[in-house]
Amino acid sequence: MTYTEYMSLNVFQRFWYKFTQFIKAIPTNIKKFFCFIGRAIKNFFVGIGRGTKEFFLGFIKGDIITKLSYFIMGLGNLLRGQILKGLAFLSIEVGYILFMVFFGAEYIGLFFRLEAVKTTQTIEFMGKQITQEVVEHYSYQILLYGILAFMVTIAFIALYIVSTKSARNNEAIIKSGKRPPKFREELKELLDSKFHTTMLSLPVILICVFVLLPLIFMITMAFTNFSEMNYDSFNWIGLDNFREIFSTSDSGGASMGYTFACVAGWTIIWAIFATFSNYILGMIVALMINKKGIKLKKLWRTMFVMTIAVPQFVTLLVMAQMLGSSTESPLNLIISMFTGTTSSVNILTTANNAILARVSVILVNCWVGIPYTILMISGLLMNIPEDLYESARIDGAGPVKSFTKITLPYMLFVTTPYLITTFIGNVNNFNVIYLLTEGGPKVSEYKYSAGKTDLLITLLFKLSVNQNKYGLGAAIGILVFLVCATLSLITFNMTKSAKNEEEFS
Amino acid sequence: MIKSYKLRRTLANTFIYILLAVLGIIWLFPLVWLVMHSFRIDPNGGTPAILTDHLLPYVSELGFDNYIGLFTETQFMQWFWNTLFVAICSCIISSLSILMVAYAFSRLRFKARKPFINVGMIMGMFPGFMTTIALYYILKMMGMSQTLLGLILCYSGGAGLGYLVAKGFFDTIPRALDEAATIDGANRNQIFWKIILPMSKPIIVYTVLTTFISPWCDFILVRIVMGDNVSRYTVSRGLWMWTDKEYKADYYRYFLSGSVVVAIPITALFLYLQKYYVEGVTAGGVKG
Repeated sequence: MTYTEYMSLNVFQRFWYKFTQFIKAIPTNIKKFFCFIGRAIKNFFVGIGRGTKEFFLGFIKGDIITKLSYFIMGLGNLLRGQILKGLAFLSIEVGYILFMVFFGAEYIGLFFRLEAVKTTQTIEFMGKQITQEVVEHYSYQILLYGILAFMVTIAFIALYIVSTKSARNNEAIIKSGKRPPKFREELKELLDSKFHTTMLSLPVILICVFVLLPLIFMITMAFTNFSEMNYDSFNWIGLDNFREIFSTSDSGGASMGYTFACVAGWTIIWAIFATFSNYILGMIVALMINKKGIKLKKLWRTMFVMTIAVPQFVTLLVMAQMLGSSTESPLNLIISMFTGTTSSVNILTTANNAILARVSVILVNCWVGIPYTILMISGLLMNIPEDLYESARIDGAGPVKSFTKITLPYMLFVTTPYLITTFIGNVNNFNVIYLLTEGGPKVSEYKYSAGKTDLLITLLFKLSVNQNKYGLGAAIGILVFLVCATLSLITFNMTKSAKNEEEFS
Repeated sequence: MIKSYKLRRTLANTFIYILLAVLGIIWLFPLVWLVMHSFRIDPNGGTPAILTDHLLPYVSELGFDNYIGLFTETQFMQWFWNTLFVAICSCIISSLSILMVAYAFSRLRFKARKPFINVGMIMGMFPGFMTTIALYYILKMMGMSQTLLGLILCYSGGAGLGYLVAKGFFDTIPRALDEAATIDGANRNQIFWKIILPMSKPIIVYTVLTTFISPWCDFILVRIVMGDNVSRYTVSRGLWMWTDKEYKADYYRYFLSGSVVVAIPITALFLYLQKYYVEGVTAGGVKG
């Protein structure tokens, strides 16, 4: 379709055209996405291959010191004048061996069986000999320590490769008649050409311990039957947790598969409504506040911003109280003020009235979310050049036309990444649902006391904290991740922000 | 013609004023309700009921008892100091990590940069508190369960992954500045501290503000890390506990007054630094 053809369409046709273009582009984008992954994997293995070749060639071609430093880390530094660096490498190797001998190896061995190690112990109790079972290593300890040992091993291998590389480099430097850099010179490098190491090392270590380790722990947990019942000792059970999520076998009139499908469906509906209601209504309010001729702009804006500043759990708990079932809750007081009779409406958790509860949580979410949109849109509106509107006015465009032709396209164009992140944030919007309704109203067709307003994320919380079904909860977490990750990767690829990263620099 | 145009505009503006006023009432009413009821006492000297049959308390029912009781009879002060300590420490660690990671990814070019960015993005997409249960076991392994230090590490450990907003800001600072400084003999360390950071006041304020506020608002992680150790709770966990069934009848008044005490400093801070917050949100949220 040419540009003139496009311009001759009306608004709805244009929207339809863009919409079909978007749908048509999805397969190409998915293809691109998988090509990207494939290329990344290929590059990864090519890199490894090249590294291995260099590693072994270096060993074969190297002199005796280099060869020895393949076994004793740091030797190539120690004997060539880099005492401190060599000692550091050596102590790393010694430390790793000690770690493995006294701690790691045992847990790596146990890791694959995972069953708890129990010993029997005889104690004297009230004059009688009693044998009892004592748990020496709990299964969760084996799992956690095993992962830790694997992570330490990977880190050690990386350092080992660095040390051999440094030994080879030193040999080459000495052959060319120079001397290897001194320790102080290398420290200076860390502030300049290797500054990224200095900047990233601390955050990366923190992330490894407090994000990566727990993540791997949880991911592996999804393949075990870890729950309250077998807290001491649990086993690998393969994909059984995932099978249970999709299973339709009935137990007491409720099946996990049905529950999961319903909760996932509501999660998507919720995310769409919550995102777009906030976006559109927020934009309308922001435009009203920023309209020319409206006075007290600052006052209006502050009024809305106040609600962002108050911690969310406070406002949401107050809201839950205000909308509660008691005849004295503010909502019911207001209703009875208008109707003249006492009312005891419970909009949040009335059984069998899922629609009412769902609409109320979306409305309360508007109350929570619109101020954020107002803040952002007000900031952006100032960026639209005033002369665009002026020339539109001279050309005879009214306020509605200049909104649909200038403001809206500009906003949609710049806020696409924001929309995607809010959408994903809403899929994971725990606070609003849990503090308002705790997922209720509960229904008997759902398993694990899930309710009609439960999102996948609150279901995950209920499963792992209230029901102590850690394995099943982790499996649901992985599914949520897969959905969010594919969704955002595909849409991020479509937007320009990923491609034009270097535009400003 | 002009007259009718003026009339139309006045009508439109009046309509907008009315609408904004109505919306303002809807938005502020819960806050007003919270503040007013936090001052509500039982004139007969007992514990006031959770709700009353009138929307806002009568003047005869107002008093400072809930606030006096909050500071003298409950553990609120203890929780407040806990939270302040945790918030300050985690704010320092988190802000430093975020700014350092953002600078490295925005300004420095090294081999592992792209893979690091991708891995960070993927890790950020896991639902946040999937890891909280695991964090509990990790703290237990380190012997730090139910301690404030453990809580600080949990809050600030993953902070580096939140580099995106700051990186977006650093990307907009012209490269020419770096090059000029390099020609003048500055190394990258000096460029970071003496050129980039002084130019990034809005994003620093934004980072510090958000990382400082988040421990005041979190109630999930602290619930799992602290368990039943009430004296180490932060305010949000403590206030949340007071809305549980077994505490609600006696402590709901303290929940209200405690919420006001927490909300006032955060609101003041937020309104004072609002400008920077907006800049941060718009810098991170939008990039065409």
